[in-house]
Amino acid sequence: MTRDMKRREFLALAGPGLLVIFPVPAPAAFLQRRGGPPSDVNAYLKINPDGRVTCLVGKVELGQGSKTALAQLLAEELDVALDAVDMVMGDTDQCPWDGGTYGSLSVRSFGPVLRGAAAEARAVLLQMAAEKLGEPAERLSVKASVVSGSRGKVSYAQLVGGRRIERRMEKAPVKPVSAYTIVGQSPRRKDALEKVTGKAQFAGDISLPGMLHARILRPPAHGATLREVDTSAAEKFPGARVVKEGDFIAVLHERRDLADQTLGLIKAQFDRPRPSTDDRSIFDHLVKAAPPARIVHESGSLEEGRKLAATLVEQTYLNSYVAHAPMEPHSATASIEGGKVTVWAGTQTPFPVQQQVAQALGVAPENVRIITPYVGGGFGGKSASQQAIEAARLAKATGRPVQVMWDRAEEFFFDTFRPAAVVRISSGLTAEKKIAFWDFMVYCAGDREARQFYDIPHQRTAAAGGWSGNQPPGLHPFAVGPWRAPSVNTNTFAREVHIDMLAEKAGADPLEFRLNHLSDSRMRRVLEAAAKRFGWKPRRAPTGRGMGVACAIYLGTYVATMAEVAVDKATGRVQVKRVVCAQDQGVTVNPEGSRQQIEGGIIMGLGYTLTEEVRFKDGEVLHRNFDTYELPRFSWTPTIEAVLIDNPTTPASGCGEPPIVNMGAVVANAIYDAIGVRLFQLPMTPERVLAALKGARPA
Amino acid sequence: MQQTISFTLNGKPVKLAVDGDRMLLWVLRNDLGLTGTKFGCGEGLCGACTVVVDREAVRSCAIPVKDVAGKQVLTIEGLGQERLHPLQEAFINHNAFQCGFCTPGMIMNAYALLLKTPRPTREEIIRHMDDNLCRCGSYPRIVQAIQQVAGAMKGGAR
Repeated sequence: MTRDMKRREFLALAGPGLLVIFPVPAPAAFLQRRGGPPSDVNAYLKINPDGRVTCLVGKVELGQGSKTALAQLLAEELDVALDAVDMVMGDTDQCPWDGGTYGSLSVRSFGPVLRGAAAEARAVLLQMAAEKLGEPAERLSVKASVVSGSRGKVSYAQLVGGRRIERRMEKAPVKPVSAYTIVGQSPRRKDALEKVTGKAQFAGDISLPGMLHARILRPPAHGATLREVDTSAAEKFPGARVVKEGDFIAVLHERRDLADQTLGLIKAQFDRPRPSTDDRSIFDHLVKAAPPARIVHESGSLEEGRKLAATLVEQTYLNSYVAHAPMEPHSATASIEGGKVTVWAGTQTPFPVQQQVAQALGVAPENVRIITPYVGGGFGGKSASQQAIEAARLAKATGRPVQVMWDRAEEFFFDTFRPAAVVRISSGLTAEKKIAFWDFMVYCAGDREARQFYDIPHQRTAAAGGWSGNQPPGLHPFAVGPWRAPSVNTNTFAREVHIDMLAEKAGADPLEFRLNHLSDSRMRRVLEAAAKRFGWKPRRAPTGRGMGVACAIYLGTYVATMAEVAVDKATGRVQVKRVVCAQDQGVTVNPEGSRQQIEGGIIMGLGYTLTEEVRFKDGEVLHRNFDTYELPRFSWTPTIEAVLIDNPTTPASGCGEPPIVNMGAVVANAIYDAIGVRLFQLPMTPERVLAALKGARPA
Repeated sequence: MQQTISFTLNGKPVKLAVDGDRMLLWVLRNDLGLTGTKFGCGEGLCGACTVVVDREAVRSCAIPVKDVAGKQVLTIEGLGQERLHPLQEAFINHNAFQCGFCTPGMIMNAYALLLKTPRPTREEIIRHMDDNLCRCGSYPRIVQAIQQVAGAMKGGAR
């Protein structure tokens, strides 16, 4: 297929709305493009005859507010009213290719691309207006899609008229932060009205004529194999259909609950896997089975550092597997018509899913369209979207539209958990109470932000294994994958608890000790801002007051957190009473949206800190629902104060993930300040707190 | 067992020939096309499916449809049909949601609270809402939204 044909295809697809400005040469097909965002502005925006602007992005709205923040960026650079922007997100037939919505990348990494496209489009429109009005572009101004000069006005829609315009444009500069009127504000969220009225559609809310609801036969444990199956009773259930493709066995019915009943009629026997690990033995297993370590960073000489050390502090830190547990289970609705496969999927990765569905069905990727409606939470867990493939396979097998909506047991079973991990730190203080050396070894959490940012002359950071899905077979008993701020919750917990212990050995206030080892001005500033808001009073822990501090860098964002806790020594229960979080994320696109992310991150973080851990044995996940896997609730919620550092000279970095990373350490440090007992394993359940109080190492 | 069941749904009479043991959630979603009420856990543990039956918050995933025969059922679609209910406005004003999946259940549970207790204290709000889960962590904003309505409504939900 030639490039021109692909271009025409896109134009036809784009429909009656007008595509402005085509640079020459013609754009490569950006719909299927891999390996980076397209440079053609037409991939991202469309100015319609009615003056509305359609913004096309491969990112998806998971709740993090990208639908609003990205519209703000476009509206700002294009000079259109925010209300005139309609977002189309995560539709593989309409939107430019994108790798997925994760890593707090939407604003940080994709934002500049979108701004550049909008600025370029604005420059072209301004040039056209200059010709139309007979006045140099430099003398024209634009407000809400209307270009004004001394001789008159013309709107973007009028300029575009009924014509298709192709024009090459030099790279146009984006606006300086000082000129912002839309970015930096907190407008009403674009998803607000739909979400409070129940009109917002998620993948499982799509209903198609003749659609069947599918339930799939699942093994009792990872590694179990189907030995025998009898579907005869299910086949007799009125209105039910049974699909058998090898081990892939599903029942389908026009009513979801009747599909549930039908599934219960299948008699299946599985061979269980051989005994392997459980949630207690896993840590030894991980250290033994991890792939070889790699050095992440090394400076100075550990040998030299050890000689300088007057006091040694060594400790091992553990954290368990943690589930994503979004409120919306993995869901997808698939339909096949005339050889075209359409899947509405609750996914963070529509373009990769398009490839996966194409491969599973043996069709070309361009014959697969993934539409991403609202996604009911992802947190990394909807980067994997097996349910979309299941729905597509079953649509093919039955010849009817099919919806797959996992139940909570499937959600816990097939989750790509945050990996359990082990961190070992060896460190020492000089006689002058400075950190002499730092030797950090992380197993299975990954190396993201593992490198030390405190000023330490002799240091080494090493990592074995990682958080991504492609770990050596047999290392983990089930799938693992990205979980909100992958690696960094684990690495920050270990580092910041350890720094607290060093501060204590140094006889210093934990904040002062940190500042004494920090020359990074951005980190100093967030710590000082947090301390000011919190009312931090210097002291040497433990004081009985229950206050703690932790800080971290997450992909360019600086975050410092202080917390106050109360510990019930009789029950071991920890209540987090107050959290102050100061964050420097460079330019803030939407302050209110950023505060929401900070609050949400802190509350979600309470889960992995206090209760959440996946119990399992020999490949069986022991959780079926929220009765045994405890998520944070209303009654856990502390008073939260978010402090956004004004930093207009640094480009926007991410804000969806950073605030969660300090939670384990800040609570652990506050617990120590409250009761004088350190915990080195997450979550810090009442049992572990009690065991630590009794002086016994918790199991 | 197939039976005829009548109830009032969002102010309008409904008559269905269904198996009365089927859960209200699936009748709402699959038979009546009202998908604002969400499936989150299926066992009454998360609250995403909360609807109001005769002025009480009910988990629709755990109540057979025969149990609502002759009763008034209100779902998110029935709230604020002409203009937004003050709770919906307050949820917007406070950005009391992120992904929005738990939101219908949150609003319906809060609505039931305000029917009974028009001026709840903060503690009463938290106690009443505590079994509704929000993974995005919008809890403090939801509490603020309910407090705003409780202050503004002065005497009861309309």
